[in-house]
Amino acid sequence: MKFFTRSVTSLMLAAVFSGSALAAKTDITIGMALEPPNLDPTGGAAAAIDEVVYANIFEGLTRFGADGSVNPALASEWAIEEEGKRYVFTLQSGVKYHDGADFTAEDVKFSLDRARGEDSTNAQKGLFANITDVEVIDDTTVAVNLENPDGNLLFNLAWGDAIILDSASAETAATAPVGTGPFKFSNWVQGDRIDIERNPDYWGEAVALEKATFKFISEPTAAFAALMAGDVDAFPNYPAPENLPQLEADPRFSVVLGSTEGETILSMNNKSEALSDVRVRKAIAHAIDRQAIIDGAMFGYGTPIGSHFAPHHPSYLDLTGNSPFDQDAARALLKEAGVEGDLTLSLKLPPPAYARRGGEIIAAQLREVGIDTEIENVEWAQWLEQVFKGKDFDLTIVSHTEPLDIGIYARDDYYFQYDNPNFKELIGAFNVETDPEQRDVMLKQAQTMVSEDYVNGFLFQLAKTGVANNKIEGLWANQPTQANDLTGVSWTD
Amino acid sequence: MLFYLFKRITSLIATLVVASLVVFTVIEVVPGDPASYMLGMNASEDTVQALKTELGLNQGRIPRYFGWVSGMLRGDFGTSYTYRTPVADMVSERLMVSLPLALSALTLAIVLAFPAGLLAASRRGGAVDSIVMAITQLGVAIPNFWFAMWLVLLFAIKWQWFSAGGFPGWDIGFWGGMKALTLPAIALALPQASILARVLRSSLLDVLNEDYVRTARAKGLTRRQALWRHALRNAMIPVLTIIGLQFSFLLAGAIIIENVFFLPGLGRLIFQSIAQRDLIVVESVIMLLVFAVVLVTFLVDIAYAWVDPRMRRGH
Repeated sequence: MKFFTRSVTSLMLAAVFSGSALAAKTDITIGMALEPPNLDPTGGAAAAIDEVVYANIFEGLTRFGADGSVNPALASEWAIEEEGKRYVFTLQSGVKYHDGADFTAEDVKFSLDRARGEDSTNAQKGLFANITDVEVIDDTTVAVNLENPDGNLLFNLAWGDAIILDSASAETAATAPVGTGPFKFSNWVQGDRIDIERNPDYWGEAVALEKATFKFISEPTAAFAALMAGDVDAFPNYPAPENLPQLEADPRFSVVLGSTEGETILSMNNKSEALSDVRVRKAIAHAIDRQAIIDGAMFGYGTPIGSHFAPHHPSYLDLTGNSPFDQDAARALLKEAGVEGDLTLSLKLPPPAYARRGGEIIAAQLREVGIDTEIENVEWAQWLEQVFKGKDFDLTIVSHTEPLDIGIYARDDYYFQYDNPNFKELIGAFNVETDPEQRDVMLKQAQTMVSEDYVNGFLFQLAKTGVANNKIEGLWANQPTQANDLTGVSWTD
Repeated sequence: MLFYLFKRITSLIATLVVASLVVFTVIEVVPGDPASYMLGMNASEDTVQALKTELGLNQGRIPRYFGWVSGMLRGDFGTSYTYRTPVADMVSERLMVSLPLALSALTLAIVLAFPAGLLAASRRGGAVDSIVMAITQLGVAIPNFWFAMWLVLLFAIKWQWFSAGGFPGWDIGFWGGMKALTLPAIALALPQASILARVLRSSLLDVLNEDYVRTARAKGLTRRQALWRHALRNAMIPVLTIIGLQFSFLLAGAIIIENVFFLPGLGRLIFQSIAQRDLIVVESVIMLLVFAVVLVTFLVDIAYAWVDPRMRRGH
């Protein structure tokens, strides 16, 4: 009898366990190194905001796909009229916000006008500068009129900064975001986590996950421990590359290496006394051993670049040949410029590991060719104040993470102070060009010009090092924009 | 006693006023402003100005100082620039983690330290004393984050009895919350217990050499009876001081442990706010901590007076 009871119990247990094993998990915990300061992507630049809300909670007219392509989102289709000066968008119908309000063309007008308005606090207000007005045609049709033809508009509208908000809930988006996305916001324990849950009334294809949690773990060792203990299922941007070989060897995890939009550069102040001489900038470019920096600072993760352009972009040109590691050439150039052995430059390093660790290596490499550096570690807030605004620096290391951002070299008074009228003209022409072939040619010209002017020391493209439980599929391998798009994520069993 | 209280309260208020001036000034001179931090590298100058206006950062320093102080007096600690939520709410949420953590670490430290200190003092020079001294020496020397990582390695990764960190919140129940705080509390308590045990031991030994203890022994009490009845109460003054300091330290200084266990405590809030130049949060949280420390010191002073009647008369 005892035996019988026991076997019945074990049968029952077996049934329970196999039952739970058959039904795949529908919740996920995603680790992130930084917590978003708030959840309104239209009111701040922090990448962590988009990493929670982009494509999950909020949607725009268009959106980025995993491969960086621009796809329809709230706009199902569009027509380009008046030689590229007018875009007419047809909107998805039957879309509702998480609070039950209807999504209409009015919201598109409201959101775009808010982003480009006088007192807008949109961090990427420049994306909307070309828009002259937004015209509501009917509930599901809206036209965007432009000052000049704009080949970038659909791309610009895919950014997290261009998401569509309802006028009724826009003001509280920072703490209680209400969007149209497949997930709705449910809870935020500040300093610890944000929970989102499936939106049952989603207009598009329903997502596989019922619940997702973003957990904030800034300490690399703690991130490792959380993965190992099973507290976190995936870390799409794993903060400690030094642990990756160990995680790769662990059968529970898969490590996915991808590319980001982050061009990591040794920025040079092109108007500082010594660096206004192109020969000195060229000498520095030759003095840098990119692979040594990638190996030393990033544990081997990163792709060398020779200009300010992402290697995975179709228009990419490999220009690393313009500045190969060549110490003799560097010394000769310094001699020619008359600063041989008599050059001390300030090197200001913001907090990320690529800058702090990379900075030490670059300082050593520059010393080899006779350039001394004074390293100063700064916080981000200081960096923005002193380097970015004050231009009080010679060298700094920073990763420019916006997609397709070579246009910054055409800006007046940008912190590295490159001032080339030809380049400005080229970017001006590129911005109004809509023919894909012409755009490709222009992007190649732009890369070449920046590379041959040795504006900055081009180091490497930041890698995306993701770690996830190997039963998870659908996470983005690359990072065409800062996002953890969970719409296609599911557990395999 | 009343005069003593009055003196203590006056100095409490003076400390708070000076502290508010120092905190405000120091934070104002630090370079960097919250609006540029929030908007990042692509924002234009007029966008930054628009945000500054929205946040009220374009006012002068003096009106902002008085606005801040008068707000605090009314219980309004302002609204965080980056989180856009009231500072008071953020702090009370963080205190729900930091306060229980500090209290449980302190309780654990006291529970460990008292028997150890008493045992060591009563058997001075003996084997027990040597063992207690050796262990507490180690406890003081070991960095607590290193000890914390060992705890994680063993209890979270190897045996999986606890989570590696994080705090699920109290809504899952008291024990669930306490479970999440167990490893951090142990990591915090070990060095504090060691310090406390050593202070208690040496303070007891000092007192045991006093005349009144000799008199008590001469009266016929055993060494242990003399220790319990006469020495312990007198040995408490330095111990109370240390406990007061430890509590203040544990409340805000647990930041390293909070990072190891990714707990949403006060220490991390301050750290994050400084990096983001969320000045109002930094200012208000530091003032609250100053207030807490001053208050604890005040209570410790009162406790002295209770333990030692001479102090009440202001000697």
